[in-house]
Amino acid sequence: MPSTIIKVQNLSRAFKGSGGSVLALDSISISLQEGKTLAVVGESGSGKTTAARLILGLDKPTAGSISVLGQEITDFGPSQMRPLRREIQVVQQDPFSQLNRRHTVRRIIEGPMLAFKVGDRKSREKRVIELIEAVGLQQEHLTRKPHELSGGQCQRVAIARALALDPKILILDEAVSALDVSVRAQVLNLLKKLQKERGLTYLFITHDLGVAHYMADEIVVMFRGRIVERGTREEVFQMPRHHYTAGLLASVPVANFSTDKIVQKISQDVIVQATPDKTDACAYRSRCQFGRDKKDCSERALTETMASATHGWICHFPIER
Amino acid sequence: MHTGSELEEIWIQESPQSMSNLIEVRNLTLTVPTSKGRASVVENLTFSIQQGEKLGLVGESGSGKSLTAYSLMRLIKAPVRIESGEILINGVDVLKLTEEEFRKYRGSEIAMIYQDPMSALNPIMKIGDQIIESILLHKKISKKEALKIAIALLESVGIPEPEERVHSYPFEMSGGMLQRVVIAIALSGEPKVLIADEATTALDVTTQERVLNLLNRLAEERNLSVLLITHDLGVAAQFSDRINVMYGGRLVEQGRTRDVFTLPQHPYTRALLDSRCDYTVDVNKPIRSIAGQPPRPDNRPSGCVFAPRCEHVEAACISSIPELRDIDDRAVACIRAEELKSVKN
Repeated sequence: MPSTIIKVQNLSRAFKGSGGSVLALDSISISLQEGKTLAVVGESGSGKTTAARLILGLDKPTAGSISVLGQEITDFGPSQMRPLRREIQVVQQDPFSQLNRRHTVRRIIEGPMLAFKVGDRKSREKRVIELIEAVGLQQEHLTRKPHELSGGQCQRVAIARALALDPKILILDEAVSALDVSVRAQVLNLLKKLQKERGLTYLFITHDLGVAHYMADEIVVMFRGRIVERGTREEVFQMPRHHYTAGLLASVPVANFSTDKIVQKISQDVIVQATPDKTDACAYRSRCQFGRDKKDCSERALTETMASATHGWICHFPIER
Repeated sequence: MHTGSELEEIWIQESPQSMSNLIEVRNLTLTVPTSKGRASVVENLTFSIQQGEKLGLVGESGSGKSLTAYSLMRLIKAPVRIESGEILINGVDVLKLTEEEFRKYRGSEIAMIYQDPMSALNPIMKIGDQIIESILLHKKISKKEALKIAIALLESVGIPEPEERVHSYPFEMSGGMLQRVVIAIALSGEPKVLIADEATTALDVTTQERVLNLLNRLAEERNLSVLLITHDLGVAAQFSDRINVMYGGRLVEQGRTRDVFTLPQHPYTRALLDSRCDYTVDVNKPIRSIAGQPPRPDNRPSGCVFAPRCEHVEAACISSIPELRDIDDRAVACIRAEELKSVKN
């Protein structure tokens, strides 16, 4: 029985803006099992990265709780978070900006071990070599600096650094989004291999549904700070129930003429004006072809409907299956 | 009987020249300085764009696709240099024109939009004024008339309530809306060709789809040619009629999009399609990736530019540069293309 390694309950984060506060994250709950991959997908502004920052303890929620490896971290200060940082590491989008450009690759990968005073120089060097090889680079790369590497190589270095302290969890925040197609494939294969070998748990944050499909066991779809649908890969991709999920799947252009798209395309190029939302109302309704004019959608509070232990959605008029 | 001007119109419509290539790029070569002297970043590029055609130009970073676009707009700046070649717009080699002479072309024959709409707009100027400014560059009319055209342009790019929106500032609009504004500005000179350089890359998928649909509609309504430059194979597949695949500054395969994507013939095109990760791929298998890195300008292979990463490489691939040649329904730059047709990956 796999154990729950991250548990987030009713997590909210409000930011104060000029016109009152904005709920970037609106009462989301997720749980992540050890050794599995959970993908969080959604458009820009959906709250994906806010959620990641909260789980990493880089930001504090306005409500709700987060537990990582059985510890309630919601009110942890930096010193309490510190031991946990060994267990939970992050890889970010930009291959170059996340690495110190004045350090050599060796120093970058050794960095976390130095920060936590792990081992002696000799054992650290051994570990650095092991890591650089684990991510498919060679020892000759250790003396280089980030600007001497390609984007894909930098991303591998970032992964090697993230693995330096042998963490249990990797948060991958758009970690392959900036890479070219052929290089992205290399990095995705590498991540799958490392997960298998080391039993890593991945929280994969991405706007790319193809990547989510390939990597994730379970997927949550976010829209304007809420989880609108969740489920296993099959549940979400083969029988989406929320209109937003279906629309998202239909919009992904696929370079494959031999398979039909899973969902019929909604062909339109007009912009639908967003309307200010009342709390509890469906945030998607202004863009929803089914709920736009329905009273229920603008007034009735949404609760999550669960069709199985894993598949749930918030919609008054879900797509029938 | 036809009047003189009517005859001229008929001639323009029916003349073979206007029916054929609007833009012809011939043997275009661009170089950059390296420690070992000047090296090619675009090499011997030849392709054409027909009127009303949607042409996709795909490739990874460093393949030379954006430099190709900049060449068409004559925006190449040092250290990059156009070494040789011709770019014909309506039969005129625009590389031979002076900057002053080319101004007649930029914006009114050919216009370009970029990945980040914000960088193309003035952040402290109302969008209406920015469109008007562009219209007045091309037409000698009053500001009032230009405003009318600006509103009509905003409407044609699908912006709701254009009469109100002309008074908005860029920061008041979303990324998708801004890209539409930029498209409206690009259309203000009534160009025949629009170059879209990764123009939907920064947008969310649902927004991207709408902007692609818009470009599609504009191409049809205005008989506008669109050169869509993208690294996203899905976007190219969905949008373009024909496709050019670039690698290491060279064109490796060109043909109808459907043909190329269904049965790619160049090993690079094959490998590129196999390395894509959309939701039609088998999650239980590793994605095929291309080993190694694209060539750097200072370290270009002597023969086929893809040879060092190609699994079908043989001696002849390294000794000479493969010509782009016609095979079946397309052109492929691979000496082994015919024999590889039967080879499964």
